[in-house]
Amino acid sequence: MDTGVITSYIPIFAKAFLLTLKIGWIGVALAFVTGIAGAFTLYFKIPLLSAAVKCYVELFRNTPLLVQLFFIYYGLPVLGFKISAEVCGAVGLGLLGGSYMTESIRSGLDAVPKIQMESAASLGLSRSQTFMSVILPQAFTISVPGLVANVIFLLKETSVFSAISLMDLMFTAKDLIGLYYNTTESLFLLVLFYIAMLLPVSFAGSVIEKKMRSKMFGGRDDGI
Amino acid sequence: MDEILKIEHLTKKYDDITVLNDISLTVKKGEVLVIVGPSGCGKSTLLRCINNLEDIQDGKVNIEGKTGMVFQSYELFPHMTVLQNLMLAPVKVQKRKKDEVKKEAEQLLERVGLSSKKDNYPAQLSGGQKQRVAIVRALIMHPEVLLFDEVTAALDPEMVREVLDVILDLAKQDKTMLIVTHEMAFARAIADRVIFLEGGSIIEDTTPAEFFDAPRSERAKSFLRTFEFEKVH
Repeated sequence: MDTGVITSYIPIFAKAFLLTLKIGWIGVALAFVTGIAGAFTLYFKIPLLSAAVKCYVELFRNTPLLVQLFFIYYGLPVLGFKISAEVCGAVGLGLLGGSYMTESIRSGLDAVPKIQMESAASLGLSRSQTFMSVILPQAFTISVPGLVANVIFLLKETSVFSAISLMDLMFTAKDLIGLYYNTTESLFLLVLFYIAMLLPVSFAGSVIEKKMRSKMFGGRDDGI
Repeated sequence: MDEILKIEHLTKKYDDITVLNDISLTVKKGEVLVIVGPSGCGKSTLLRCINNLEDIQDGKVNIEGKTGMVFQSYELFPHMTVLQNLMLAPVKVQKRKKDEVKKEAEQLLERVGLSSKKDNYPAQLSGGQKQRVAIVRALIMHPEVLLFDEVTAALDPEMVREVLDVILDLAKQDKTMLIVTHEMAFARAIADRVIFLEGGSIIEDTTPAEFFDAPRSERAKSFLRTFEFEKVH
């Protein structure tokens, strides 16, 4: 491996890294918003909207992101909407992620035992108080591992952005390999930057999980 | 004494299955009513109907004031500390001042011997401790009627006593209580009145002495026999 090549490539990869990070996290944020809206719709069994959410989830969970991006990027202009590759990437990721987030949050909400609601009702809490103070915090804690896995999955999925000419990490690596044949160096940096992007997420995820879950499910502390 | 709870011709069905059949019952202020009967007889459902957790198909339930309920499985909120569990409803529902509620919560915890656990999470407590917290959580709302639904059934035997002692203490304070239990010795000690329920109907409604020593119905006799053992050797 040529360290000189690596050093000279770092600024190029760093630029692509920031772009990937930006669009990836905007996509994750959109996915959270969509997922929360979708899960609440399903949990409260809002008529018609629930059916729409179910269709949306199945449609986006069962098609590859690449295909979704092609539809948004090349399909929408046919209908008269033209959007940039960046917006397309973020929206595509948001829609794909939204379907996964919907399911993770909904399963978290469903996992809170019904008798917890009765316990809250016995204390006189209203339905909205029960949801906000009793159900939602527990559901969130239960959902954390799934949500973190989704975030990591979505950030990795950014690697298909190159297909819509977005100059992300993958695009940059392929481009440099095509131009200069420095395959080893390019792939090495590619792996390195992906790890730099995802390792903090994994780490933060396990810290949050540990903190929240040990509180709720932790074993009895006989020392106290 | 004043009537605090009046049930008239209560009928509860799940689809075609009748769980409670034409139950009529009045409870006076300060009375401790113990409800016993074989499992599936409808005793828990009766408490749930009184506490408005079930819709009823016929009849009326009238309560002068609020009810508080303690569940077999404690049902503390696992994401909150003991103190947060106790303060949630008084602050959110009754809009009482936090300081005042906190003070009362600490006093009540002291009375059940759990002062040191106020900042712990339920997962850090034993079953008996959780159930004592659950009782305090019901008490702090100042309910006129307390409902206990098999509150020791999920506990290890050595923890049953600490929970029952708390309830005995409440009886001494003249709280109105409806208690569903399988602890017959406890039932006898605490009850002012015993109701024997079977197949969704009240079979006996009498004093503890009469129920345990001289039950009138054959069904109550055979029910009580299930708690006796013959000497083997």
